[in-house]
Amino acid sequence: MQARLLLEDGTLFTGQSIGADGASIGEVVFNTGITGYQEVLSDPSYCGQIVTMTFPMIGNYGINRDDFESVRPYIHGFVVRRHEDIPSNWRAQYTLGHLLKEYGIVGISEIDTRMLTRILRQHGTMKGILTTGNERIEELRERMSVTPLLRDQVARTSTKQLFSSPGNGERVVLIDYGAKSGILRELTERGCDVVVVPQDTTAEEIRRLHPDGIQLSNGPGDPKDVPHAVETIRQLLGEYPIFGICLGHQLFALACGADTEKLKFGHRGGNHPVKELESGRCYITSQNHGYTVKEDSVRGTELEVTHINNNDKTIEGLKHKKYPAFTVQYHPEAAPGPFDNSYLFDRFLEMIREHKKNNLERPRQAQLAQALRGELQYAQK
Amino acid sequence: MPKNKDLKKILVIGSGPIVIGQAAEFDYAGTQACQALKEEGLEVVLINSNPATIMTDTNMADKVYIEPINLEFVSQIIRQERPDGLLPTLGGQTGLNMAVELARAGVLEQEGVKLLGTQLSAIERAEDRDLFRELMRQLDQPVPESDIVTTVEGAVDFANRIGYPVIVRPAYTLGGTGGGIVANEEELRETVANGIRYSPIGQCLIEKSIAGMKEVEYEVMRDANDNCIVVCNMENLDPVGVHTGDSIVVAPSQTLSDREYQMLRSASLKIIRALNIEGGCNVQFALDPQSYQYYVIEVNPRVSRSSALASKATGYPIAKMAAKIAVGYTLDEIVNPVTGQTYACFEPTLDYIVSKIPRWPFDKFTDANRKLGTQMKATGEVMAIGRTFEESIHKAVRSLEIGVHRLLLKGADELGDETLKIRLAKPDDERLFLVAEAFRRGWELQLIQDITSIDWWFLDKIERIVAFEDVIRREPGLTIETLYKAKRMGFTDRAIAELRREGQGASAPHTAEIDVREYRLQQGVKPVYKMVDTCAAEFEATTPYYYSTYETENEVTESGKQKVIVLGSGPIRIGQGIEFDYSTVHAVWALRNAGYEAVIINNNPETVSTDFNTSDRLYFEPLFFEDVMNVIEQEQPIGVIVQFGGQTAINLAAPLAKAGVRILGTALESIDEAEDRKKFEALLRKLNIPQPKGSTVTSVDEAVGTARELGYPVLVRPSYVLGGRAMEIVYSDEELLNYMKVAVKINPEHPVLIDRYMLGKEIEVDAICDGETVLIPGIMEHVERAGVHSGDSIAVYPPQTLSEDVKRQAIDITTRIAKELRTIGLVNIQFVVFDEQVYVIEVNPRSSRTVPFLSKVTNVPMANLATQAILGVKLADLGYKEGLWPEDEFVSVKVPVFSFAKLRRVDPTLTPEMKSTGEVMGRDRHFAKALFKGLVGSGMKIPQSGSIIATIADKDKEEALEILRGFYNLGYKLMATGGTAELLEKAGMRVKRVNKLSEASPNILDLIRTGEAQFVINTLTKGKTPERDGFRIRREAVENGVVCLTSLDTARALMNMLQSLRFSSEAMPVLQA
Repeated sequence: MQARLLLEDGTLFTGQSIGADGASIGEVVFNTGITGYQEVLSDPSYCGQIVTMTFPMIGNYGINRDDFESVRPYIHGFVVRRHEDIPSNWRAQYTLGHLLKEYGIVGISEIDTRMLTRILRQHGTMKGILTTGNERIEELRERMSVTPLLRDQVARTSTKQLFSSPGNGERVVLIDYGAKSGILRELTERGCDVVVVPQDTTAEEIRRLHPDGIQLSNGPGDPKDVPHAVETIRQLLGEYPIFGICLGHQLFALACGADTEKLKFGHRGGNHPVKELESGRCYITSQNHGYTVKEDSVRGTELEVTHINNNDKTIEGLKHKKYPAFTVQYHPEAAPGPFDNSYLFDRFLEMIREHKKNNLERPRQAQLAQALRGELQYAQK
Repeated sequence: MPKNKDLKKILVIGSGPIVIGQAAEFDYAGTQACQALKEEGLEVVLINSNPATIMTDTNMADKVYIEPINLEFVSQIIRQERPDGLLPTLGGQTGLNMAVELARAGVLEQEGVKLLGTQLSAIERAEDRDLFRELMRQLDQPVPESDIVTTVEGAVDFANRIGYPVIVRPAYTLGGTGGGIVANEEELRETVANGIRYSPIGQCLIEKSIAGMKEVEYEVMRDANDNCIVVCNMENLDPVGVHTGDSIVVAPSQTLSDREYQMLRSASLKIIRALNIEGGCNVQFALDPQSYQYYVIEVNPRVSRSSALASKATGYPIAKMAAKIAVGYTLDEIVNPVTGQTYACFEPTLDYIVSKIPRWPFDKFTDANRKLGTQMKATGEVMAIGRTFEESIHKAVRSLEIGVHRLLLKGADELGDETLKIRLAKPDDERLFLVAEAFRRGWELQLIQDITSIDWWFLDKIERIVAFEDVIRREPGLTIETLYKAKRMGFTDRAIAELRREGQGASAPHTAEIDVREYRLQQGVKPVYKMVDTCAAEFEATTPYYYSTYETENEVTESGKQKVIVLGSGPIRIGQGIEFDYSTVHAVWALRNAGYEAVIINNNPETVSTDFNTSDRLYFEPLFFEDVMNVIEQEQPIGVIVQFGGQTAINLAAPLAKAGVRILGTALESIDEAEDRKKFEALLRKLNIPQPKGSTVTSVDEAVGTARELGYPVLVRPSYVLGGRAMEIVYSDEELLNYMKVAVKINPEHPVLIDRYMLGKEIEVDAICDGETVLIPGIMEHVERAGVHSGDSIAVYPPQTLSEDVKRQAIDITTRIAKELRTIGLVNIQFVVFDEQVYVIEVNPRSSRTVPFLSKVTNVPMANLATQAILGVKLADLGYKEGLWPEDEFVSVKVPVFSFAKLRRVDPTLTPEMKSTGEVMGRDRHFAKALFKGLVGSGMKIPQSGSIIATIADKDKEEALEILRGFYNLGYKLMATGGTAELLEKAGMRVKRVNKLSEASPNILDLIRTGEAQFVINTLTKGKTPERDGFRIRREAVENGVVCLTSLDTARALMNMLQSLRFSSEAMPVLQA
């Protein structure tokens, strides 16, 4: 079946449908990863976007049960040069096409994806409509112009219910703005007792969980669309060690008084070099973001830039000068992408332990006893 | 980290001659490295014995030494130059081994030379089997389980523990003699018993077999700041079991999920970090197709063939970066030369698929064992880029120039099912085509997978190609949809025409290539060109590096400049080696200098010509008519230069000219006049130039008649040949008939040439002509007489034994032929001198194999001048005069290098058919010293004393006697069998009689094997069946690294050389009272 992709600038691509029937509108972006399409598809950060893979053959190793980064995909469309519909890998259970159909996602193949990528690079990401129908171009254009891009992606992708992933180690509250499973995986692997909470959980509710540290997750969209999240972080700052990833990093920056802006075409792929300023070391990172923390907005705040992108020099990592809190723009949980940065989770846990040591010089029990004694005296009065 | 300020002068070691396993990739790497170091203002000293390289051009390094790469010569250069650092990782295994030897001999420490890039300990840990296994254990990286055994029982015990199949590798035997994969105890007992006997130390390594697993490679880089990146990963289509150099490879990997990809990536980084390498490194893995289990197979702590491929596949210049890192830079501060705005510390990402297919020499070595295994056999490789696997593999196949342009091998349909099955199971060079054949027979994919272990994904693609052939065949009228689909799958116009003819009959439309082409162009189905930019279009790039595909957007922009297209020479093969790439690169440089935009088309990933920095625009495309025409239509050049790309480019001249393309330089008619036997004879007659008597025959009877008339011996060969293919000297009717039966299929379309064989001296001349002036840079004299292919002869410049008159004749004939052919550019002429008379054997109206050698020794920039002549510049205006360029006071010797040890069953005898893979140069004030350097550089071990085994054919006995006496007088011991021994004794020499093969042990083979003889002189007794004793003697010598001389001329030259290098050639004079 035929499928078409119309861009806001009028460019029309005609190819083959590889997913569900229908039409779908979204922000058209590209990802340069060669492997990892299943992780990309299921990364909630792509919520509302039509994702183009720059590698031309996608679907080679199929779809398996284990490589999802969330329980379902949230993308609004998938674009490939060639859909490999007979996968080969020992873990493959079904095909990319099946997955798209299963979740009602429109997909297109057999188009010049490099041309599309070049357009996006030159003009920036833009709105597009992907359809398998026979609508006239004017109609598609009309629909595209009246349909705004999503602004509530965080609410759409975040868990609605608090849930816990028990462990014997530090208790980490993971605020889910549309989190990738990889973050939870990394924390549990390190023995953490993780409680995942919805994106709109209040500071008070979080305090009630008595966390040792707070993990701010990745997530889709513009950080300024979730002001309540910024507020919550502001309230928790200083109280608990914080580690933020991607959207979590941006929200943290906003909470600390810095500002964010949209990038022309974002960073999406598994090959981005990030320089750690302290050591001078350069790391290859997995990235997926359309927004960034404005460099000059950091001045005057209590934030310190710790990492920059070695190519375009944008901010990739921050830490708070006073409080135990640091964040990165990229994805140390990998999936897809290199595992080189998982050490950041270790660093987070070290920070938690350090914080505990410094702040709990008196044993918790003594504090409790004192408090209880106070209460008792009050009652006796 | 900034540049290391302590480094001012750096020594770079090249890789020496081209041999199987070490080809042009190291010229590419070395050239990049030298350029990178010079860019930093460092003084570069280069040593490489291979004159046919760009890296040995004087503009590449500050000082170039074309000297043997051995301890003696390199130490001498180090003491002379006193460099601060040594860069050992860019010269292949040769460079690395040399560095280790220098370090172990204490030379580096003595002279204060720092080893750059990779430390000695890292080299040792990567290369030494035990140290490597120990390191892998420490890093928790799995290697196949193995044990060293000295008894059969020990082997059985171990195999029972780890399970069959296992691989048996006898210790210290060449080419894995006596080893192999065994499937059960019985086979194991037999193989190990043999292996222990073969092994000089009675040891065998028993290793768990991982054959059949996926083979995956990673190219990794690291800098002193511990920044690590993966440049590229690659997946072999052939599972583990076939040497990666002999495997069809794709980049990037296709069947690995991100988890598997990252798992192996992390392992690679762990390994390069542990080895502390500052530069590039290659890690090879075996990956179980059914689990996450993997094994590390091998680590190369240096730039390799794979890294050259990775560089061309991604655009990321590994060798250049490795050189910068070696002098102290870190990846994050080196600008990515492709984008010019990002940095080298990132991982290239591809938006296309690259296929590499090796080029094997089995078309030349028909006797060779074609089975592929752990010993590499390919001489070169081709690479192709496409947006789908089908497109990419199709392009690669037609780049091979083996008479195949799609997955269809002539004669494959005649194989019986059983034979096909066996050949699929035991991989050889044709397996890709045989897989396609199996699909054509309707075999199930699963069955083919079970037999070959090739991943389902690749097999599925081949099945789709075969299935689509049917679509093309069967469609009643060729629709645009089908045509477009076919082009997107990489089918050529010729293939489509063939398929239409098969399906619709010859009278249907679109059954000729030209019709398909016209129809296609009419319908606007044209390729577009995409850029190779390291980043999948994420950043703007300016690399002028393109490949074709059938899609929407064309990225080539019009420059408005005048353009010239230069055709490259394709994959390296015997007869067409790196020498042609050398000339191609010089032509491109000359064009750029002259203000033209130089566009190159080539498909060999190993070469300097396919470095995107070399030309203004690089099209990485097959050198196939259709692909070349497409580029021509895109670029609209003022013309195409075909004379530097060897026979590959020359063969394209006629079809291109026919299509209206302007061929620059010598006109097509002249090329034809030189190449067409009849026209050529007429030309010589007209000029009254003598040539050996001969004629063209079209039947066996006619052949016999002609041969008798000319008188035996005669030289026979098929017409239109490359590198003396299938050329032989025959001495009798019987031999002639045998030749006619085995070597050629004679018929009126394929005539055979028969010439009188003149046993004379061979000389060779290269000349440049602008249409008016004929400049002859030099005359080369061959050591071996006519009958040995010029590419296999030792060539000497300036000639040492030619009379002035002979030289004058050669000059005169060359000048007249060049003018008569209206040569514009280069021409190469081969002569035989017989009774002081010069006869023409062959004229090649193009750049030849000797151009780099001659350019270097005469300092005449031949390819450059030829290019200028092609552009209309007059030699006279450049200050060059007609005739012979003044001869050099130094003597230069070009010595051929062979790869016989790697090609089993190939006869090492020198014949009219070319067999060498590379060359080295020796240069000195005296011939003997120059020859010595050449021979040593070629790998010959020349002991000052020792034993010589002589087995001489009756026809050569008289001549041999004098040579052997020479050796005898020098103090060498002589050993000989029956007849030869008798002859020597009669002549008054003491000789040790040795047993013939048929006699009791120890026989002649045992003596060779045990190293009791240093030289073997063996002349050919006729009959090419490998059973012959002579063949076995020669093979035994080659496999044991014993010098094997099959031409008495070579033996004489060696003997004379040894005499000259001694104080006296006579026995030491005794003072008598």
